[in-house]
Amino acid sequence: MSERFRKEYAGRGLVTLCGLLIIALTLAIGAFLIYQGTGTFYKFHHSLFEFLFSSNWSPMDNATEGGGHVGSAVYIAGSLMTCGLALLIAAPFSIGAAVFMTEISPKWGTRLLQPAVEIFVGIPSVVYGWIGLTILVPFIRDVFHAKMGGYSVLAAGIVLAVMIFPTITTVAADSIRSVPDYYRKAAYGLGSTRWQTIYKIVLPAAKTGILTGVILGLSRAFGEALAVAMVIGKTRAFPKNILSPTNNLTAAIAADMGNSASGGEQNMALWTMALLLYVISMIFIVLIHALGKERKE
Amino acid sequence: MKKKSLAIVSAIVMTASLLAGCGASGSADQAASTAATQAAADTQAADTEADAQAADTEAATQAESASADEATQVSGEVTAAGSSALLPLVQAAAEKFMDTNPDCTVTVNGGGSGEGLKQVADGSIDIGNSDVFAEEKLDADAAAKLVDHEVATITMAPVVNKDLGVTNLTTDQLVSIFTGKTTNWKDVGGPDEAIVLVTRPSSSGTRALFKTWALNGAEEASNEALETDDSGTLLQTVEQNKGAIGYVALSYLVNNSDVQAVSIDDVEPSLENTYNGSYKVWGYEHMYTNGEGSDAAKAFIDYITGDKFADSVESMGYGVASKMSEEAVNSHKTN
Repeated sequence: MSERFRKEYAGRGLVTLCGLLIIALTLAIGAFLIYQGTGTFYKFHHSLFEFLFSSNWSPMDNATEGGGHVGSAVYIAGSLMTCGLALLIAAPFSIGAAVFMTEISPKWGTRLLQPAVEIFVGIPSVVYGWIGLTILVPFIRDVFHAKMGGYSVLAAGIVLAVMIFPTITTVAADSIRSVPDYYRKAAYGLGSTRWQTIYKIVLPAAKTGILTGVILGLSRAFGEALAVAMVIGKTRAFPKNILSPTNNLTAAIAADMGNSASGGEQNMALWTMALLLYVISMIFIVLIHALGKERKE
Repeated sequence: MKKKSLAIVSAIVMTASLLAGCGASGSADQAASTAATQAAADTQAADTEADAQAADTEAATQAESASADEATQVSGEVTAAGSSALLPLVQAAAEKFMDTNPDCTVTVNGGGSGEGLKQVADGSIDIGNSDVFAEEKLDADAAAKLVDHEVATITMAPVVNKDLGVTNLTTDQLVSIFTGKTTNWKDVGGPDEAIVLVTRPSSSGTRALFKTWALNGAEEASNEALETDDSGTLLQTVEQNKGAIGYVALSYLVNNSDVQAVSIDDVEPSLENTYNGSYKVWGYEHMYTNGEGSDAAKAFIDYITGDKFADSVESMGYGVASKMSEEAVNSHKTN
């Protein structure tokens, strides 16, 4: 009995414990963020509308006093714009690369392109940010004559696009690979060309998988702080065009979290931004699961 | 399978909202704040901050420091965290202090003044380093328990690109530039070049000090300025853009010839001018202990303010608090 216990239940207990721990951790972080993040509304009596849609950001930075403004629209718009631009750049590239390495040249694809893409995933974001700061920002300044030294939405969008490109490519390629081969054979049998097969049969069949990749990429872009902070300029204003600097949620949190008075209006507003990011990532995850369910059916 | 995981996710959401009603537990609070400190230390490693307010000089601290040089060895553990402006100085002091007190371990971290003050107030560290008075970042009850030690002064200097050719600005010009009224260098005697403001986050002590003493309290134009998390990045930005202007602590300009420090009203930003009271953009750096602090913590603070370490303080670009002339001290008191 004890032998069996050791062999069977000990291992099972251990993995169950690990699983429960992860769930507990997620819950704890969520609960803590909600506890801290809602302080803006019940302790300092700001409205959700003000937080989301006003661009007047001047919170008080001390322990008790309120009375400032916590409009975070600039940061929210900055996050949305940079991520949108990144997706616009990265999605066509990624899907193209995925098609190339699965349909056009599977041999090359798996031998060279796949490892290359995997290396991209492993590069830390600070490296992307640093390269962006040293190469991309001066390039944008000199080529486009950007006013604020090249720090811009464009720079942030490009850096983010490079960062999410491997995520989308990998997931999209997996999804394309999992399209049954008899789909292709049937298409060829009906007289389709190779491109027609890819465009009309394979891509639509892999649609939900590709979309999952895009959302995964988007959620990575949304949560990225360091690389974006280095190239976005962090100017507290809506960008006039893609060559002007702006700010985003993650960079704003990172800039003031250590110095702002704990429990003060500014600190609380930063926690509210963190809660917003948590909610957004939660929405992304739910979307991905809904897509996965659709694919199964 | 997918249905199940979706159910788990929704269960998490529901439980999370339930838990929120009861409030987060103390241990979660602790864990998250530690994580935040770590992250802050990472992102703001080279941060520089300083205090913007006038300060009471603590005669007691100064007197103690003189006798501390011959103090007997201490043992134990000292943990300090907070201001990144003060970090290089405290780290250097910790190394030397541990050489002479081998039984004592001093651990120094960054994290920002707000974190340092919070942690020393709740007892998780021995010394909280801060650019600002505790009263500005903590509620009155917590701040009252802390004892202030003014260990050094820090001087702030406006910096511009070397190729710009501007070496002096009047206070009025400086205010006009940083509030976004003047947008071209030709209006203040420079070349025809658009001004690029480079600033620090609004919670930064460096920014608060610069606002009070260089800009006469005028608020910087955040909507037209590039913001940098740390002084290292600020210097790099100024170096790379001909029209850029920013401000850093003198400690960042020691052995740095890549940017041009700017005189204010023909007074050069230097330790000498800070000591004699003619250069006004400076502030105290604070080390707070909870109550009197442990013997080891006290000995460490005495070492930093002591005569033996004074040369190191100056060579790193900080000011020695005891060298401040009465004039300089009074000029900051009146405000």
